[in-house]
Amino acid sequence: MEEVLLARIQFASTTLFHFIFVPLSIGLALIIAIMQTMYVVKKDEVYLKMTKFWSVFFLINFAIGVVTGIIQEFQFGMNWSAYSRFVGDIFGAPLAIEALLAFFLESTFIGIWIFGWNKLPKKLHLACIWLVSIGTVMSAFWILAANSFMQNPTGYVLQNGRAEMNDVVALLTNEKLWVAFPHTIFGSFATGAFFVVGVSAWYLIKKRQVDFFKKSLKISLVVGMLSGLGIAFTGHAQAQYLMHAQPMKMAAAEALWEDSGDPAAWTLFAKIDVEKRETTKRIDIPYMLSYLTYSEFKGKVQGMNALEQQMIDQHGEGEYLPPVKTTFWSFRIMVITGGTLLGLGALGLFLMFRKKIMESVWFLRILIVGIFLPFIGNSFGWIMSEMGRQPWVVNGLMKTADGISPNVSAGQILFSLISFSTIYTILGIIMVVLFVKFIQRGPEEQPEEDVSATDPFETGGAGHAIK
Amino acid sequence: MPLSDIWFILIAVLFIGFIFLEGFDFGVGMSTKFLARNDLEKRIVMNTIGPVWDANEVWLITAGGAMFAAFPHWYATAFSGFYLPFVVLLLAFIIRGVAFEFRNKVDSKAWVKTWDWAVFIGSILPPILFGVFFTSLIRGLPIDADMNMYASFTDFVNVYTVIGGVTFVLLSYLHGLLFIGLKTVDELRERANAAARKVYALSGVFLVLFIIFTYLDTDAFTDHGTILIPLYSLALVLYGLLFFFLKTKREGLSFTMTGLVLIMIMASIFIALFPNVMISSMDPAFNMSIAEAASGDYSLKIMTIVAFTMVPIVLAYTIWSYYVFRKRLTGDKEHLEY
Repeated sequence: MEEVLLARIQFASTTLFHFIFVPLSIGLALIIAIMQTMYVVKKDEVYLKMTKFWSVFFLINFAIGVVTGIIQEFQFGMNWSAYSRFVGDIFGAPLAIEALLAFFLESTFIGIWIFGWNKLPKKLHLACIWLVSIGTVMSAFWILAANSFMQNPTGYVLQNGRAEMNDVVALLTNEKLWVAFPHTIFGSFATGAFFVVGVSAWYLIKKRQVDFFKKSLKISLVVGMLSGLGIAFTGHAQAQYLMHAQPMKMAAAEALWEDSGDPAAWTLFAKIDVEKRETTKRIDIPYMLSYLTYSEFKGKVQGMNALEQQMIDQHGEGEYLPPVKTTFWSFRIMVITGGTLLGLGALGLFLMFRKKIMESVWFLRILIVGIFLPFIGNSFGWIMSEMGRQPWVVNGLMKTADGISPNVSAGQILFSLISFSTIYTILGIIMVVLFVKFIQRGPEEQPEEDVSATDPFETGGAGHAIK
Repeated sequence: MPLSDIWFILIAVLFIGFIFLEGFDFGVGMSTKFLARNDLEKRIVMNTIGPVWDANEVWLITAGGAMFAAFPHWYATAFSGFYLPFVVLLLAFIIRGVAFEFRNKVDSKAWVKTWDWAVFIGSILPPILFGVFFTSLIRGLPIDADMNMYASFTDFVNVYTVIGGVTFVLLSYLHGLLFIGLKTVDELRERANAAARKVYALSGVFLVLFIIFTYLDTDAFTDHGTILIPLYSLALVLYGLLFFFLKTKREGLSFTMTGLVLIMIMASIFIALFPNVMISSMDPAFNMSIAEAASGDYSLKIMTIVAFTMVPIVLAYTIWSYYVFRKRLTGDKEHLEY
């Protein structure tokens, strides 16, 4: 069983780490594409400078996102071979299509975009960054199509000892996919937006390059605010969906042991005792859970005890509770960060509109801290989604413990876990250092003068250098 | 032809595309240590593949995804069986992928040097590991009745697989040098071509050793001699022709020759595997055939439709991207991104 635990730790840590970079890439790609569009339309050089300045962060981030993504594809087969055999027929297809449809598009056009500044007509060059942006979004769609199958299996038939695809339309119209995809995308747009918002706020406090960063702030606040709204609406849809498709996850997210009353109250905070199966010291908001679930102020919600009994009746004796505390708290952290982002976006636009943003230093300070909120929200959203699914790897079809590679030892997994964690830690530190460095340097010296560390014409290399 | 056979061919094509494209990428990465003499040259060398290396790597990612989708058992057996080599491979890809982006971001000699090593190690390890992987695939691996592979060190590392690894490295290096010859000017171009002429003999020796040991160590020739003998003969003839192209400085043709040889080597591996995807060294009864490893027909049909619509589009814009950057790189710093 040690193997299962180690493989899960590895999967969780590599996925969470990967999921720091991916939403930022998706969000920044959009914002940079918008900035470059402004440049092409308005022909104002400041937008060109903006495009180039923000692209430095995008490219560093994108590189780490790509390399940490390769591990994701490999480790299904490496650590979870039994799972891969069981679902490859239907789960592998979206992954293969993701590569064919999205990865080729992103990687080819990002290459053309980076190196093509002086080689392509302006509009064609602009089209390249939009294709990159579309690629990042499509990539999210296909990976979520695969993940939604794990959450809510559709379009399959059990035969030949595995889940085989029999209805691609059902796979792609999976209700889970259509609540998770927009929610994730808005979360990603918000991540990019609030990064730009926060960094711009820092410059505005320092009164450096005011025009440049006011313009950046305006674009990113609009994107951030709209994304905040999107997050809220799709989050609500997601909760309603969970209630009927994955009621156990929702009950765990509410720490609801017995069936709720009618109308059901939403628990803001509580003390959870998993051993005794009780939730005490709760602070409730009346009617709220009924509203979250059914969009009206009545209706009751099933608790974990009843749901577990249903699972035992259906699948036999066993443990069917997800980690309740983790699910409960992750959900709250996610909701709170999402709500805060929406508030920050709205207040920011209000102040901007009233031309008071420059004087509101207190608010600009908050916006700097706001950079971290989307990352927290994304991570805990992901944790809730994946932990709440346990003990299933494919909901109702295969348990996580049964998906493991039988031929890989705990020692081997430990080796890879340590290697990946070490290199990820290094990458994380480097990213932070580089980001801080480029933020401090600012757009003044960016990016044309950015040349290499050593000048070959000084270090005796002139003889071989090429003119 | 059954759909599973079509997908076997498609996966072969993806790996062939990968080795042809990323082959010169790897070679270029190795050249940063062996060929470039100063920082500017290193940058020029890296910039030759700047716009394309990322997309080239996607050929591998797509091949992996296609194995997962079309042959779940193949994917599961191979990826779990090659656990440790794949960990090393992934680490190599990680440091390589970020190195290009990180290298010129900090003004420090130690920093630049570190990422130069990352480019080099990340470019030399993958072809070694792929050589070992593919040669051991056709040599046979300890796969049991449950399709699980329990390989020990000598299953991965033996005379044949080491020859396979070295052959992949040398041919990639040669391929990369010729690419640099095509993409640069003046002295660097001359030096790349001269280095190619030097490497030629050594990589030729390993090419011949690879063919001999494929004959000695695997059943490839007994099963598929009628195809492999003409294929390898043609590869050797082309490799011989390369000698004259190198001498007469026909850069385009030289590059085409190394590319074709790499394509043939990769193709020969898939031919040798056919009609299996994995060969068991324990008992031929445990060989995993294409049909046994494959997904259901419905799944394959859907993916065939997607592949046959998308691959031409992908190829079209890939070719366009090479067309956009068709010009040779000069040492003009203004135009170097990395």
